[in-house]
Amino acid sequence: MPVRRRQKDLNFWEKIYIPEIAKGLALTFKTMFKPKFTMEYPEEKFIPPPSYRGRPVLVQEENGEERCVACGLCSRVCPALAIEVQAGETDREKERYPERFEINMLRCIFCGFCEEVCPEEAIVMSKDYELAFTNREDAIYGKDELLVPVKNLNERINFLRQYK
Amino acid sequence: MNYLEIIVITLVKILIIFTIMMLTVSYLVYFERRISAWVQNRLGPNRVGWEGVLQPFADVFKLLLKEDIVPLVANKPLHTLAPILALFVAFSTYAVIPFGPDITVFGYKVSLVVADINMGILYVLALTSLGVYAITFAGWSSGSKYSLFGGVRASAQMISYEVSMGFSVAGVLLFAESLRPVAIVEAQSGWMWNAVLQPIGFITFLVSAFAETNRLPFDLPEAEPELVGGFHTEYSSMKFAGFFLAEYANMIIASALIVTLYLGGWQIPYIELLGLPSWLTAAIQVAGFFFKVGFLLFFFLWVRWTIPRFRYDQLMSLGWKVMFPLSLINLVWVAVLIMIFKL
Ligand code: SF4
Ligand code: SF4
Repeated sequence: MPVRRRQKDLNFWEKIYIPEIAKGLALTFKTMFKPKFTMEYPEEKFIPPPSYRGRPVLVQEENGEERCVACGLCSRVCPALAIEVQAGETDREKERYPERFEINMLRCIFCGFCEEVCPEEAIVMSKDYELAFTNREDAIYGKDELLVPVKNLNERINFLRQYK
Repeated sequence: MNYLEIIVITLVKILIIFTIMMLTVSYLVYFERRISAWVQNRLGPNRVGWEGVLQPFADVFKLLLKEDIVPLVANKPLHTLAPILALFVAFSTYAVIPFGPDITVFGYKVSLVVADINMGILYVLALTSLGVYAITFAGWSSGSKYSLFGGVRASAQMISYEVSMGFSVAGVLLFAESLRPVAIVEAQSGWMWNAVLQPIGFITFLVSAFAETNRLPFDLPEAEPELVGGFHTEYSSMKFAGFFLAEYANMIIASALIVTLYLGGWQIPYIELLGLPSWLTAAIQVAGFFFKVGFLLFFFLWVRWTIPRFRYDQLMSLGWKVMFPLSLINLVWVAVLIMIFKL
């Protein structure tokens, strides 16, 4: 075994420890009166930056319709198999719309692949991190829970346009 | 005073001390959590009651409701005995430590110590060594390797540091010429505090007290990163709480002992020159005692959140190669002082 040498030889005062201990104590004492970093959560909420990946949501246009064209790419790419899309036909310009769109929030791992693959910018990650359910059925979010008006999602969409 | 009166007075004193101890222990746990949080720029528990002052009671209820798990391979009688022993030692040691001067209540002359026995210091040393058994039993009877390591380390550590502790105390005894705690306190009138007269002994005793109570930086018996929980790995529910309470009660005893032996006990220098009525003087002195103990308790917590843990070999070499010779030097120093100044 190679002989390990000290990087730095301690001088006499450092060797008797007591001044060094006093220095350490002074530091912790000072720290006690510094401002705290804790956020008192339910009262004081953390507002994440736009790069944050909260729960995935569907973009709802101003006219109240979803942007999604039910291409099924997000469902295909989802590594956790969390998304289920059922397409239906419509007379509107986009021709297809999702009859049913479900994300199982117990499966979702917040990877953001769905958002990355979507050709229509129709599914994006929101800032919502408060996800709690009392049973498994509640954890499957349908269209009514997923649709979020586009004006609430502009920050994330701009972030995606800039950095994606 | 007849026997009945003595018994009643003693029982009242025991009750008072026990209540104070229990309350201090629970609030010590609370302050430990708050202070550790402050040192780390956090807030700590502040939800139960105003600023979290009811947290200790919430903790106790939580522990009471927990399931008591005993491992299959444990030696059950010893496994149960260990926390009881720890608590017994922790609470009975306080009996000989005085917390105030003699006072007169309803015409009775009452000394503010449960048992004013003339070999009090020996009693303390004997009982604290009994505390080693609690930890060793806990470690050995759990039937787990981590507990066993914790127990073995604890016994080695406590025995080594008891040596330097004993020699540091010898210096104090030389001055006071008595083993009676009250006499030791009375010998430190004015600024004749032992901490001033024999600083080396004070430091060695302080360090040994940290080691004896298994507090950081000497908490090797329960070193979490290596030994899971140390000797109390296999304990849960109120048995675990027993060890927890005992540790904090031991801190109180260590602080009270340091105050008695080195910081002048209840004495406040030159308070008699103020010419206050005697009951007020006594009250201030008792308050002074509790203030000193409180400061030392804060010091215990403060050190815990400042200094990292020692390695086992460092602990042993510190104990035997540094603390032991230093306490001997202190003994010689005291002898020289007595020779020269005829104190
Ligand atoms: S974030 Fe990832 S896991 Fe969650 S739904 Fe989208 S692709 Fe699936
Ligand atoms: S990838 Fe976009 S457009 Fe296609 S189904 Fe998913 S959300 Fe709808």
